[in-house]
Amino acid sequence: METIALLENRGIKSNVAAVDAAPMPVIQIRPSKGWVSLKLDELWEYRELLYFLVWRDLKVRYKQTVLGIAWAIIQPFFTMIVFSLFFGKLAKVPSDGIPYAIFSFAALVPWTFFANGLSMASNSLVDSANLIKKVYFPRLTIPLAIVLSGVVDFVLAFAVLLGMMFYFGIAPTFNVIWLPLLLLLALVTSLGVSLWLSAMNVQFRDVRYTIPFLTQFWLFATPIAYPSSLLSEPWRTLYGINPMAGVVEGFRWALLSTNTMPGPIVIVSSLAALFVLVSGTYYFCRMERTFADVI
Amino acid sequence: MSNIAIRVENLSKQYRIGGKQERYKTLRDTLTDAIAAPFRRAGRLLRGQATSAAELNETIWALKEISCEVKHGEVVGIVGRNGAGKSTLLKILSRITEPTEGFAEIHGRVGSLLEVGTGFHPELTGRENIYLSGAILGMRRAEIERKFDEIVAFTEVEKFIDTPVKHYSSGMYLRLAFAVAAHLEPEILLVDEVLAVGDAAFQKKCLGKMENVAKEGRTVLFVSHHMGSVASLSTKGIFLEQGRIQCFSDINSVIDAYSHSLKQGNFFVKRTAGSTAYIESAQIVSSGSIETDQTLTFEVCVFSKGVLDTSLNWRLKNEFGMPLSFGCPHVQLGKTYRLKAGINRFLITIGPLPLAEGDYTISLDLDIPWIEYMDRIEDCLQFSVLSCILGSKGHSLKTAWRIGSVIFPFEIHPVE
Repeated sequence: METIALLENRGIKSNVAAVDAAPMPVIQIRPSKGWVSLKLDELWEYRELLYFLVWRDLKVRYKQTVLGIAWAIIQPFFTMIVFSLFFGKLAKVPSDGIPYAIFSFAALVPWTFFANGLSMASNSLVDSANLIKKVYFPRLTIPLAIVLSGVVDFVLAFAVLLGMMFYFGIAPTFNVIWLPLLLLLALVTSLGVSLWLSAMNVQFRDVRYTIPFLTQFWLFATPIAYPSSLLSEPWRTLYGINPMAGVVEGFRWALLSTNTMPGPIVIVSSLAALFVLVSGTYYFCRMERTFADVI
Repeated sequence: MSNIAIRVENLSKQYRIGGKQERYKTLRDTLTDAIAAPFRRAGRLLRGQATSAAELNETIWALKEISCEVKHGEVVGIVGRNGAGKSTLLKILSRITEPTEGFAEIHGRVGSLLEVGTGFHPELTGRENIYLSGAILGMRRAEIERKFDEIVAFTEVEKFIDTPVKHYSSGMYLRLAFAVAAHLEPEILLVDEVLAVGDAAFQKKCLGKMENVAKEGRTVLFVSHHMGSVASLSTKGIFLEQGRIQCFSDINSVIDAYSHSLKQGNFFVKRTAGSTAYIESAQIVSSGSIETDQTLTFEVCVFSKGVLDTSLNWRLKNEFGMPLSFGCPHVQLGKTYRLKAGINRFLITIGPLPLAEGDYTISLDLDIPWIEYMDRIEDCLQFSVLSCILGSKGHSLKTAWRIGSVIFPFEIHPVE
């Protein structure tokens, strides 16, 4: 209350005093030791900033490109054409009894969301070095915003996927209600891996060069060009340790009604994704305090 | 409610110099370092280049045992030379980096302005950047919307508000950036040297805005090399030297202590050997504090590898970094000086100097006239003019009043 009196003494308008009367947050600054807190409440506090960062990424992403937002469709679509030619036509890879083009595209749509999110978010901290050195906010918002902004690209590519289903005369079933959860699984995986890689990238710039290689390797380690039904149980369920295997099989099952029953594989994938996210968040928050010094 | 805004106790920050210089480490470097470092350190010990374990660790304390308390409504100016730890202190208080030791407590919402244009994106328009930068600096969306018109008016670039900022001139960019920053309204504001940008009129506007913020009863901590603004804005001051608080007191004593320490900077020694000829050291041999109309003498040692005809030039600047005068023997005296191989000494006397009370610096250049600059050292010598008695009235004229630095004789004759 002393402050208010002080302000009034100086002839300050009462509305300033009213603002001051609100409880003042107390910030404590000390070196952190051992297990750090994740400060998720603070992340919630900064949700507006997260919104603005997502908005910025969307605005800036396709600025000064000729094809603009069409890039969101071109990437998975052309990969699908290449896959259909080489794997579908030439190598005669089985496709669970549905046309190979849509078989691979239904997998490439969530995959592109995952892979683009991963590669952009992993470089995001280094790209935002200026911000990190000059202003405080929860650093988690940077990779999180990038991964979230990928959802818009996903929606566009998904619309093309629906168009292709119409073309091939495949009607979605009631299972599509699981799609948002499967998308969430892809998002969690992408974010979890990005947290690990982006934090490591601050310290070791090797990460930047590893990412193209990593995504390429991961693409073939995921049943995108081929069905997971090539494997026999229990290996197929264990395949779910790669969370994207669960996502991809889930998408096919939900949209194209492949009778592959991906239940077990999705459960394994969800557990794996959750593990990556939680460990990634801890690693990120532990490294967070050194970002400004080493970036 | 406690009246303390910021409480700092024994705050220290250690940097690894190695880590700071070679910022981009790769995994391979880390591995080879881990293997090579013990040998390198042992080698240094044997060669006698390092004497203690602390030196071997290659660390530096950017801040050491800082303790202070700032009350609500105080405006505190932080002064000190480059590398004294001013920015590090602000960075720790704004939570950008963590302290190595110690503790700080801040009561209230903190806004920090360590850079003009934080979070600006060149592809976005002025309007969009106001929202983005505002959000990054900690403003709520509703708050930005409420102040939007005011911010735009402050920028004076209304016409271009929907143009991407990459097409802005640098002046317009600065205006926009500062306008956003100036409308931050946290209880505690941390500002780092942002006043040193823009043209004079804009600087004045920014200073006015800062003054308003201070008058509104907010707590402000700000770093500046601009003694004039520090003196006029702050109530208290902190003088940092090599990471420690030298003086924490009312602003006048702090500025006195700081300028006193600057006066001791009247010698300069070059650390590394450079080109074929360079200025090795310089020193003021007369007193480092003179009175108006006295002369100043300094000695300069120039090292040369061979025989060269050179000109040794000096430049004089006032405490705001504004050039006042220069001396070039080649132009003014029509002479060059032949350097012999090895050390060459020169004694230079300038003056009488009709300077107002304040701090001044001398910069030195070594060149082969019209052919090549051999060496150039900015602000290597510092001296101050302590008092200047004008006539018999005993009034002194201070540069800090921003009236001017040089006193010219003049006469006034009333005409009937």
